[in-house]
Amino acid sequence: MTESVIAVKNLTLAYGDLLIQRDLNFSVNRGDIFVIMGGSGCGKSTLLMHLIGLLQPARGSVFYGRQDFWRADGKTRETLMRKIGVLFQSGALLSSLTLAENIALPLARFTSLAQRQIDSVVSYKLALVGLAGFEDYYPAEISGGMQKRAGLARAMALDPEILFFDEPSAGLDPVSAKLLDDLIKSLRDGLGATVVMVTHELSSIFAIGTESIFLDPETKTAIASGPPRRLLGESRDPKVLRFLTRDHSAPEVLA
Amino acid sequence: MTAPAWSLKPDDRGRVLLSLSGDWRLAEAGSIDVVPVLAAVDDRSGVVDVVVEGAGLGQWDSLLMTFLIDFRRGCAEREVMVDVTGLPAGVQALLKLASAVPERKGDRRVATRVCWIAEWGEGARGVWLDALFITRFIGEITLAVVAMLARGPRFRRIDPWLQIQECGPSALPIVSLISLLVGLILAFVGAVQLALFGAQIYIADLVGLSMTREMGALMTAIIMAGRSGAAFAAQIGSMNVNMEISALRVMGFSPIEFLVLPRLLALILVMPILCLFSDLMGILGGGLVSIGFFDIPLTQYLQRTIESVHLPDFLIGVTKGALFGILIALAGCVRGVQCGHSASAVGNAATSAVVTGIVFIVVADSIVTLICDRLGL
Repeated sequence: MTESVIAVKNLTLAYGDLLIQRDLNFSVNRGDIFVIMGGSGCGKSTLLMHLIGLLQPARGSVFYGRQDFWRADGKTRETLMRKIGVLFQSGALLSSLTLAENIALPLARFTSLAQRQIDSVVSYKLALVGLAGFEDYYPAEISGGMQKRAGLARAMALDPEILFFDEPSAGLDPVSAKLLDDLIKSLRDGLGATVVMVTHELSSIFAIGTESIFLDPETKTAIASGPPRRLLGESRDPKVLRFLTRDHSAPEVLA
Repeated sequence: MTAPAWSLKPDDRGRVLLSLSGDWRLAEAGSIDVVPVLAAVDDRSGVVDVVVEGAGLGQWDSLLMTFLIDFRRGCAEREVMVDVTGLPAGVQALLKLASAVPERKGDRRVATRVCWIAEWGEGARGVWLDALFITRFIGEITLAVVAMLARGPRFRRIDPWLQIQECGPSALPIVSLISLLVGLILAFVGAVQLALFGAQIYIADLVGLSMTREMGALMTAIIMAGRSGAAFAAQIGSMNVNMEISALRVMGFSPIEFLVLPRLLALILVMPILCLFSDLMGILGGGLVSIGFFDIPLTQYLQRTIESVHLPDFLIGVTKGALFGILIALAGCVRGVQCGHSASAVGNAATSAVVTGIVFIVVADSIVTLICDRLGL
């Protein structure tokens, strides 16, 4: 039995009194490309923030392996966070640093590599995402798609075990989105990493997603989970079907 | 272009027919009031059904749509059914779209009027919460400083130097200018009074002691609050908006150690130097007035200055400068971290940083002056 990389138990997300999602239970296994999906405003990105240590849960636990993340002490948490890489929606590169300096940040902080070694690792990471030669460019000088790829290079700097993506295809044209999907898949295979992504890009969900969870903004809980293709074939929930088929009249069609 | 028109009459099948004709365009026709139409419907007592037809319609835009929406709402209030199948297909499609997602209960924001006492109360509470936040921030900075001394800095080595360059040499021109003018003004205003007693020579004491003990540090601090305090708030605020701070936290960096400490260190180092510079420029300004307006030779002015201003006076000013530097960095960084998520939020953060910084500076100045007085310094 594969031990789950991330296990979420009875997780409840809230901003003060405003409930976002409650009683979430799911596991992410090694090698999964786990998709968090749902309609707008259902709390997908909020859930992601809870998984990566930026927001504290109102109730429930997030387990990394056997460690309860939010009940661990600061040092343990820091060690855990070192094993994850996050690509934020717009890349979230530090705008006052060049791409090379951005990627070098986690390397300088968490390793004792010499500057020359850091430089070669940085060049390698940029080459992996197709940005070889752009080391000295500032984020403002490159396109949105390139910023995302640079953000991905930074997320991968320490060869993380788990990669998180928040809407990776947002703002990308179909070709770039497909290239990004392929990149994510190759990285997963190459690094042996596990991927968690928040997305509503159906083509990506079906192309590379291996497991998923569907959040509903009205009932404020998960209403479906499992491999996306199986949900498409077997789910009877009209909201899930409408989402996965982009079809308002889905229930009648599949009844 | 024909004017928009409507008419309400029974049709040959015993229903009430609302006929719309003409060009219904916002730019040309303005607005068509729906009240007379509804009044006409009311006149026909017992009517349950209105059929709208638009065979005579020319060009139309939102004017027609808003009219129809208002009309339907008015009819719904009167429990009268409205049949729109006689209208152009485009109009029907738009009407269907506009009513497809009904307003959810609780979505509409209702403006609430708050009485002024409540507003004052909220304001006071806001100040209290702000004070708590700032106190906590000071605590975090202290911990970060201790951590830095214990295990080395967790910011980029070059960052403090970049900040020093921004805060220091770049500020020299404006600090020089303002200090020179302040010295000049102090000398002029003071000397006019002193001249009444033939005591003009004491301008040197006045300017020298005022600048070194108070005005040098104070003026420099106010300038730097405007320059660097606002800059810190805007830099950190923009990073907040751009999710850069979240990215730093996820990568395991503490925003306090990475962003705040370099700026704090830069100001602590730069402020005393700027204060000294300001003192000297102020004394020079006083000298210019003495030579120019009160016939005091430069050598005599300088001699008098040296006699009256002693090392403790410089040290008090310079120490105040360092303290003010800490306060400016604190105000700037706190407001940056508290920044909201819009362009105007960044502007507000910068403004607030300046105001908060100046308030901190002046309050601190008063306290230090009082302490110095009590200690006989």
